[in-house]
Amino acid sequence: MSVLLDGRFRFDNYVVGASNRLAVAAARAVAESPGASYNPLFIYSPSGLGKTHLIGAIGFAAKQLQPDLVVEYVPLDDFVDQLHLAISSGQAEAFKQRYQRVDMLLLDDVQFLTGRRETQSEMLRIFNALQGSGRQIIMASDRPPSEIADVDERLVTRLAGGLIVDIGLPEYETRVAILRNKCAEREMTFADGVLEELARMPCGSVRELQGALNRLAAHEALGERSVTPANVRSIIAAGRVTPDLGRAGAVATDEFAGFISDIAVAVAQHVEGWRVRLGQRIAHWQAAGYRTTMLERTLAMNEEADVDALDAAFASGVARLEQLEAQAVLLDPRLAGLDVFRDPQHIPEAEARVEQAIAAQNPPPGPWPAFTLETMIAGKSNQLALRAAEATIEAPGVRYNPLFVHGGPGVGKTHLVHAVGNALRRKAPLSGPVACVSGSQFVDELIAALQDGTVDRWRARYRTAGALIVDDVHALAGKERSQDELFHLFNALHSAGKQVVLASDRPPSEIGELEARLRSRFDGGLVVAIQPPDRTLRESLYVRTLQDRAPDAEPGVAALLAELPVSGAAEVESVIDRVLHAARAAGGAVTLSLVRRELGAGGAATPVSSPAVADKSFLDLEKIVMEWPEPDGRVIEELR
Amino acid sequence: MSLVNYAAREITCKIVYYGPGRSGKTSNLHYVYNQVPGDRRGSMVSLATQTDRTLFFDFLPLDLGTISGFTTRLQLYTVPGQVYYATTRKLVLQGADGVVFVADSQRRQIEENVESMQDLHANLAEQGVDARNVPLVIQYNKQDLPRELIMDVSELDDILNFRGVPFHAGDALRGTGVFETLRSISELVLRRLSGAAAPRVAVGQ
Repeated sequence: MSVLLDGRFRFDNYVVGASNRLAVAAARAVAESPGASYNPLFIYSPSGLGKTHLIGAIGFAAKQLQPDLVVEYVPLDDFVDQLHLAISSGQAEAFKQRYQRVDMLLLDDVQFLTGRRETQSEMLRIFNALQGSGRQIIMASDRPPSEIADVDERLVTRLAGGLIVDIGLPEYETRVAILRNKCAEREMTFADGVLEELARMPCGSVRELQGALNRLAAHEALGERSVTPANVRSIIAAGRVTPDLGRAGAVATDEFAGFISDIAVAVAQHVEGWRVRLGQRIAHWQAAGYRTTMLERTLAMNEEADVDALDAAFASGVARLEQLEAQAVLLDPRLAGLDVFRDPQHIPEAEARVEQAIAAQNPPPGPWPAFTLETMIAGKSNQLALRAAEATIEAPGVRYNPLFVHGGPGVGKTHLVHAVGNALRRKAPLSGPVACVSGSQFVDELIAALQDGTVDRWRARYRTAGALIVDDVHALAGKERSQDELFHLFNALHSAGKQVVLASDRPPSEIGELEARLRSRFDGGLVVAIQPPDRTLRESLYVRTLQDRAPDAEPGVAALLAELPVSGAAEVESVIDRVLHAARAAGGAVTLSLVRRELGAGGAATPVSSPAVADKSFLDLEKIVMEWPEPDGRVIEELR
Repeated sequence: MSLVNYAAREITCKIVYYGPGRSGKTSNLHYVYNQVPGDRRGSMVSLATQTDRTLFFDFLPLDLGTISGFTTRLQLYTVPGQVYYATTRKLVLQGADGVVFVADSQRRQIEENVESMQDLHANLAEQGVDARNVPLVIQYNKQDLPRELIMDVSELDDILNFRGVPFHAGDALRGTGVFETLRSISELVLRRLSGAAAPRVAVGQ
């Protein structure tokens, strides 16, 4: 442990007077909660007024309160030497790391930064690292940051960013107290009135005062003549190189100075402590650029307020704002210094602003543009779903929210929900982008975000969506955290009246390991099935596919192909693939006979269809209501 | 006028020197003015007649610097003592945070002192101020004059200080008691910052 932190310099042996009260109060606050209140704390005063004592006391007190705290005291000169040594021995990185491990850095004699460019840039880096992780920096200097010549502008603003306090010359009472303390420490006694007389003499620093005291002590010890109040001045004056006593002005000014010091005592006694502290906090926050209406209101009240609690609340608000601003600036540098980041009363607005920035920067995945409703062929098996989709597009968030589409693989669920997404996207106005994501993608993204610690940002991406589409939502089965996220996302969007569309290979009731709260929400909208295509739809699908891929096919091929049941559009494609492959192998066109031969031969060996089992009730035509008198989500729910 | 502005961290006290004509109010201000380092005082505004009598008022702003973090200012005013400047006196008295009553210790002036003291109370009452709540300090000035011409402090105190406020003997021309008086009134005024009514305790010399 550094010599400075060995307990010689403590708060209880530091005499507090009007000239240093603010500095001591700030120092105590910093020692009690490092990194929380004033960071960095910058203390300046002419030499010999107790800067080093004060920062030593901060380090010692902080160590006492939290023995695990890594406290480092280093005068700037040593810092520079260490840096040079580190660089010359190729250990610059180790040097940096060493300081980045420190919880509280006490840096003395900062004024020597003047002109040391490389030290400044190194310090700037270390400061950024320390402050970024909420660790405390305390600096002492013989002049304010703005007066340290030739220092990097960024470093100056960094130095000035926390609290700057000065220590003034001690006034009479403090001088007496300091002298009495010193005497008690060194077990010296003087005749009554001697210390008071000594304190009355002008002095430039506490060190000077100590020197004078030492001189008196020496006189007393030598026994030349005993020290009395009357001869104090002559003893001290004899030792001064430039005695400045006895000037006519000195006494005259003293009268006013004495008056001031008495007034100072009266002010200190009578101003209401809590208001002073609150006023200080307000001034501090205002200087830091924050709006303090919240605190000023309290100042105007009559009852005493809990300043610490208020300030802590304000500080945490500020911390949150800083965090938000930093986040926003990362996304878009133009957001720096925005008003919304300056008033802890309006944190929700700042949060909204950041979410907007996130969304603008990194929009959630959208629907695939190739899938549109126009390219979807309607048939009996999917007309219910199509109508529901159209109704949803017409009144997003109102009619069927959520719309849950289920059906076997390849029936066109993905096509349908993406088509809804595209239609919604074209349909202005939506409050945000249309997020379209598959269940497995949702889970993967969440895992990646958890890994990078960017869950908040990931969440915000989706929260800003104007509509949410989750394909293959069954992929979330058994994934608790993903379901949890989806649940909150769903609630946020649903309550904001935004449309949610879900697709799965089975109805919500059959998705295993799905939380009941999600299941009930999915069920709460419209659950609609897409059946495997019937003959008519199959024929239409084949006609269209053949048009695209084999326009020279013999007429009637589509009708023949449609005889075979398929699970959906995807399978139609694979059947056509086989037929075309066979045609190419035979070196001819697609003819009826080729199709018959191909399907007849391979049909049994490779069954082209696996009858999808779905909601059987829809197979019964009698149970399907084709014309909905009042197609309202609730009514459909009851009918189903 | 708000005495303490916690948000702006300012304390501003208006102190009015009251008393009969030629009792030495302006001398008090002059002495203070001369003792204050140049950078701490504003220019003293004095509207005087050709014979150096205060016609309207004297005004001396004093910057006491930063005390306990507060920028502290004292504004010292004097009123014209002559009976016929009643309106001016009322104006100057408005908004005073504290009053120094400068009494003339000369035996032949005792009537004027009493009259002026009554005038002060009447004016305060007229402004709706309870005189008992206004910080008041009395200075018995001209105590340097030959004993046969003046009344001593205890005698004067019996007559004038019926409220038992702090008092000081003074010789404003040479400065005796000037700062003691100013200190005393400032402390009384500042004591009111804590909200409690200033207790009236006689602080003898």
